[in-house]
Amino acid sequence: MNTTAAAATTGITTALIAEDEPLLAAALRNDLAALWPDLQLLPLQADGRSALEAALALRPQVCFLDIRMPALSGLDVAAALAEDWPEQEPAAPFPLLVFVTAYDQYALQAFEAQAVDYLVKPVQRERLAACVARLQQRLADRAPQRDALAQAVDQLRHLLGQAAPPAAPRLQVIQAQVGATVHLVPIEQVLYFEAADKYVRVITAEREHLIRLSLRELLPQLDPAVFWQVHRGTVVRTAAVASAHREDSGKVTLTLTGRPEKLVASRLYAHLFKGM
Amino acid sequence: MAAEMNPLSRHGVSAHARLQAWRESPLRLIAYELKIGLPLCSAIALFLTIVFNDSFLDNLVFSLCIGLMIQGLIEVGRIALAAWLLRRRQAGAGEGGEGGEGGDAALHNSWPGWPLMLPWILLSVVLGYTVGSLLASALTGHQHLQRLFFGASLRPLAIIGSLVIVVSTGTSYLFYVRGRMAAFESAAAAASRAAAETQLKLLQSQLEPHMLFNTLANLRVLIGLDPPQAQAMLDRLIAFLRRTLAATRNERHALADEFEALGDYLALMGVRMGARLQPRLELPAELRGVPVPPLLLQPLVENAIKHGLEPQVEGGRLEVQAQRAGDRLRLRVRDTGVGLSAAAANAGTQFGLHQVRERLATLYGTRAQFTLLPAADGEGGAEALIELPLEPAP
Repeated sequence: MNTTAAAATTGITTALIAEDEPLLAAALRNDLAALWPDLQLLPLQADGRSALEAALALRPQVCFLDIRMPALSGLDVAAALAEDWPEQEPAAPFPLLVFVTAYDQYALQAFEAQAVDYLVKPVQRERLAACVARLQQRLADRAPQRDALAQAVDQLRHLLGQAAPPAAPRLQVIQAQVGATVHLVPIEQVLYFEAADKYVRVITAEREHLIRLSLRELLPQLDPAVFWQVHRGTVVRTAAVASAHREDSGKVTLTLTGRPEKLVASRLYAHLFKGM
Repeated sequence: MAAEMNPLSRHGVSAHARLQAWRESPLRLIAYELKIGLPLCSAIALFLTIVFNDSFLDNLVFSLCIGLMIQGLIEVGRIALAAWLLRRRQAGAGEGGEGGEGGDAALHNSWPGWPLMLPWILLSVVLGYTVGSLLASALTGHQHLQRLFFGASLRPLAIIGSLVIVVSTGTSYLFYVRGRMAAFESAAAAASRAAAETQLKLLQSQLEPHMLFNTLANLRVLIGLDPPQAQAMLDRLIAFLRRTLAATRNERHALADEFEALGDYLALMGVRMGARLQPRLELPAELRGVPVPPLLLQPLVENAIKHGLEPQVEGGRLEVQAQRAGDRLRLRVRDTGVGLSAAAANAGTQFGLHQVRERLATLYGTRAQFTLLPAADGEGGAEALIELPLEPAP
């Protein structure tokens, strides 16, 4: 049987459920317990950020991610997992991801195209049983860990590309407020943007400013030919990147002209820096 | 409202379509012109035969030659002038050109207006009469023009002159009225299309699939877990759907109905969000009967949840308040969610707000105000405020 095969190769299979609606989370938990008795379910997570932290700490083999969640969406969690998943320990391969959504027409098409598992709410038993069978199959003949991660990164790259918000009017000047003063920073002077909690750090050659905006809100207002997202928390001016050095982990270290510090391009964006 | 508008729109659309097809075929235009011109000319010939007691055949030849010549001149001029004016107006539209919707619609129906048409009709009459009677003279051998102008009596000149002027102007007036009617019809069709579109949008935003399927998913779970609560939730959903459908058909309902609809919606959301949603509805008894546009507050409450409270891990409070301020009705939707700057990037927010603004503008013009601002009391979140003229309860 697949279940025993999976358990034999990886020990106990663990799964994480991230869902903000308590009833739906409990129901998915019960159904999974009935369909897959050997599966060890980790504590429920009701928002994206706790789900990300729990997944990184507990390294489940399977993650059920609701798309619309507080703090971080299911897609954001997946992207962050792909960026931060440690590769050194062979005991923890990248988890199999199952997205759960009530109605996201475009997301569903994207999942279909990327052959990512997804469930549509209300989740029906038969559909969940099929999903469980597929997960067990994939756990049983699981590809070596590096390939699993590479495959996930590849799928997510496409998913995130399709889920990107439409372009907004281009920002010409950054208005950064400090107390009662507003500093005007022409966009041409910005070398890179870095997310810092609810703020974004705006770094120029001489100084840095804080703006009260998330990177997600900022991105559609930037020219994608001029600024590249290289990490979920970093957007850099391509002209300011002097060199890119590929690490063993799959990450890429960027050296800048005009700034001493180095930036990291995550696995999801490392493909942007390839020799011609 | 829908029931009243639909027959009109159907009529309007088919008239418009007919007009379109008619406009596209020159042969049909000529056939149409002849359908008016031939009987008219025959009638005139008969009339002249009776008045002057001469040959009907000769009169018919003259009448047809002159009449169709004049009609042709008037019609070609009418269409050409209207097309010319339309082109000029469209070219000038960039600099905020003059002319209202009605004028434009008339131009689209080939009516350039009386100031241009009257001189053109007179010119067409003189020209058409001369050329037409010369042609008829060549056909019949009668020197009609010489007899008319150099004859012994002024009576034929007076009779024929006034006849031609009256008939020409009258026929043109017929086209004018027809054009006006077509313009009115297309304007009415456009208005009913806009109304239907608003209704559809309202319905779509009410029956937002994400909300609906999540609610059904919760309901499905509850059926197995807690049948009485499942039944209560289903009743809420039924009430919500019924009210939604009713609301898209009425122009006003009582404020108490509005609050009950919000209550149903919030109860459904409450099952889903649990303690993360703390709703508080405040409706003074004296305002219960005040008429308001149905589901006006709904998109604001939805936005407050979707963009304010749902993204916030700990959830928060949602307050809906109605207040009387003199002769104004003040409606307030406030949440303690993540606030406007965080929600600003989300394109979804704009649609609901746009809808509220548009409805207020259509129903009240400048007499209604709508603002959406960060809540000012330091607890965070957003506050939407609507001010309407207070209408007396029916």
